[in-house]
Amino acid sequence: MKSLSEIDTTSKRASRAAGFSWGVSEEIGKSIRLLELFGFQGVKTLNQYYETKPNQKFENLNLINEKNISENNSFCPITLGVNFLDQIRSIEKFKVITFNKVAFPLLMLPFLSRSSEIIGKKINVKFDQIEFLLNLNVNISSNILNQSCPISAENIVVSILENEDNFSEQEWKSLYKLSEDTFVEETDSLKEGAAGAGLTDND
Amino acid sequence: MQVQLRDPNIIMKLSRLGSFHQSRLSFLRSFLDEFKDWEYKNDLFDLDENGFGTAIYSFKKKERVYSLICFANKISDEERSDRVIATKWDAAFTLHDGIPSKRDIERLKNEVPKQEVGRLSYKELTLSRANKSVRVFNHVVESLSKGQQPDLDLLSKVGYLYRTTAVYGSGKFGLADRFRIKNREEINGPFRLEMMLVYLVRQFTFDQVNHVAKFKNPKTAVKLDSSICKNLGIGNSTGLGMAPFIVNHPTLLNNWIMSREIALKEIREIKKVNENEIKIFNNSLKNSIKNITTWNTDSEYQLKKINSLLNNIQKFLIFIEKEFNFEIDYPFNEIYLWLEQNTCEECTEYVVSMMLEPFDRIVKPLISKMSSDEDQYFTIPTYRTVEDLRNIIEKRYPDILKINFEKKENNKNFWFISKNKEEPRYADRFEENGSELEQPLAIARDIKKLYEVLLVSKNSLTIDKFLIENSDLRHVVRRAFIIEKFPYSEIQDNTIGEEVIPIDMLRLKLSFFGALKFDPRSDKWLRICMFQGAPLPIDLKNFDQQWVYNS
Repeated sequence: MKSLSEIDTTSKRASRAAGFSWGVSEEIGKSIRLLELFGFQGVKTLNQYYETKPNQKFENLNLINEKNISENNSFCPITLGVNFLDQIRSIEKFKVITFNKVAFPLLMLPFLSRSSEIIGKKINVKFDQIEFLLNLNVNISSNILNQSCPISAENIVVSILENEDNFSEQEWKSLYKLSEDTFVEETDSLKEGAAGAGLTDND
Repeated sequence: MQVQLRDPNIIMKLSRLGSFHQSRLSFLRSFLDEFKDWEYKNDLFDLDENGFGTAIYSFKKKERVYSLICFANKISDEERSDRVIATKWDAAFTLHDGIPSKRDIERLKNEVPKQEVGRLSYKELTLSRANKSVRVFNHVVESLSKGQQPDLDLLSKVGYLYRTTAVYGSGKFGLADRFRIKNREEINGPFRLEMMLVYLVRQFTFDQVNHVAKFKNPKTAVKLDSSICKNLGIGNSTGLGMAPFIVNHPTLLNNWIMSREIALKEIREIKKVNENEIKIFNNSLKNSIKNITTWNTDSEYQLKKINSLLNNIQKFLIFIEKEFNFEIDYPFNEIYLWLEQNTCEECTEYVVSMMLEPFDRIVKPLISKMSSDEDQYFTIPTYRTVEDLRNIIEKRYPDILKINFEKKENNKNFWFISKNKEEPRYADRFEENGSELEQPLAIARDIKKLYEVLLVSKNSLTIDKFLIENSDLRHVVRRAFIIEKFPYSEIQDNTIGEEVIPIDMLRLKLSFFGALKFDPRSDKWLRICMFQGAPLPIDLKNFDQQWVYNS
């Protein structure tokens, strides 16, 4: 088994050899490490991308907008990912961001995952029937675990989710009520003596 | 009185970093402190009459066990080489997490002797190999087998029976990644498991030499005297592989230097010191002279440094004995100021190390701050502006901005990774091929390049937009934001200039390891000794903290 440190270093060096700057290559190393840590096929997909890259042209998306359309080639997932990460504070306001075609979409996910951590909000990524939930860079949930991610995707929808409960008020109340069973009913004497402050606060 | 931390622009110069010495903060000393209460055991010693076979040593506490597995193999004299191109060694070692099963040992027997071309697993933590100092090893076997102790002069000249040529950890060749074990309290200090490996290897070398001597002449053989063992360490040959490490781990480098600087600052701020503290300082200083006078090297560069150090230390001792009164207020501040005025860089740093000796109450809390979770500082704060970044660079890299990289002598060398060994190398870009594959280690040059681009960029431009057009500078943009928070994270020198002595970078790292007797064999590699004078594992429960000087 390869260690994550080996995966990071080799991905970084390969990315430099594939033409990315050292700084971007460092980002790619960390990203592939993250994908592998979360159980996705990072090494395999990066390899496929670099095998394709010399023969296929990809579009570099530098400034991320609400709607991002490439007329001809698919967007490069690395440039898209790095710029998404760099610009996350300014694009957060869009809430929903779309890309009409992205090559090797799995490779952009770690950058979005790190973006999720920066803004403290979950990010949902959807294309075809595939869905990813990026949870503040703690993990990535998906409905394609143990399956290959497609090598290209159309109409990707990236949604920045507001921090909201995913349970009803009723469900919360019910759980809270049960938790109250661990509390002690306060007598007058406990009210006076068991708390640290409150009696001489006007001194 | 408040003393300022020393200026990184002075301390982080290569000549200063190359003058550092071991101290109370050194990793091998903090390792011994941490593991002194652990149960030490020799679990297996299955060597043949020539000393070839397998041995296992362990440290255990509650449920946690670390096991060193040693494989000693026969090699011919022609195969023995300290260079990284070697493929066979007298012995190979791995530190296994837990108690190895028979299956583990069989697996490791195949892989560990192969070193870089073998594969380890997440159950192994560190990996190393070592060669005998054949001259010393054979002499010791010969003497012991005849019932005599070896010639101490010969032993003191070399200082060890075996020399390691690499110690690997943190995920190399399939070893466990650091993140798997980082929350373990006992390894909350850098390189602790590497230190454990080297320390246990030292014990193996004594056991092996005794074993071979015993088989050579069972009737007359005696064991190597434990006081002689104590004065032997483990040698190490170190090449350029270590140099990029300190460039590639800026926050870690900061935390090492910062701990030393904080300790020095707090010691200088002590108004009155007690008799015991004075005694420890004075004794350490006087006893340490032996470490300088027994420091053997053929390197003219190092001999010059040793002579200068010795002269300056003697001058300092006269000052301390004849002129200095420890009863004054802030005595260590006065000492420090005197050193800066009257002695060389190496002597100043040497005495700074001594100043740490009496003050465990200051030093110990700093040891746990010498690690770093580097990923935490990896993301570039792209909401900041060009103006912010320019200000950081002007403040943190003042001397680097003065270097003219158009001049050939300032841009002479390049760092690269060799294809055959995947190891860092250093070469003249105007005479050798390959500079187009240069590693991103010319930080000074790239920072200067970044600064020049920033000068013609709009102040209010945010870094996310700046990076769109300047992706080639991304690695140094990241570093500049790191140095803003970590002032000692960067070498404040040009690491590709004509005047660079790469071993200064090795020396810095090795001093934090706790190495003694730096012996440069060229400007690119050196030999050192570790754990010389250290307590033996059976004496760990109660040992002299100043063993480095008192052995």
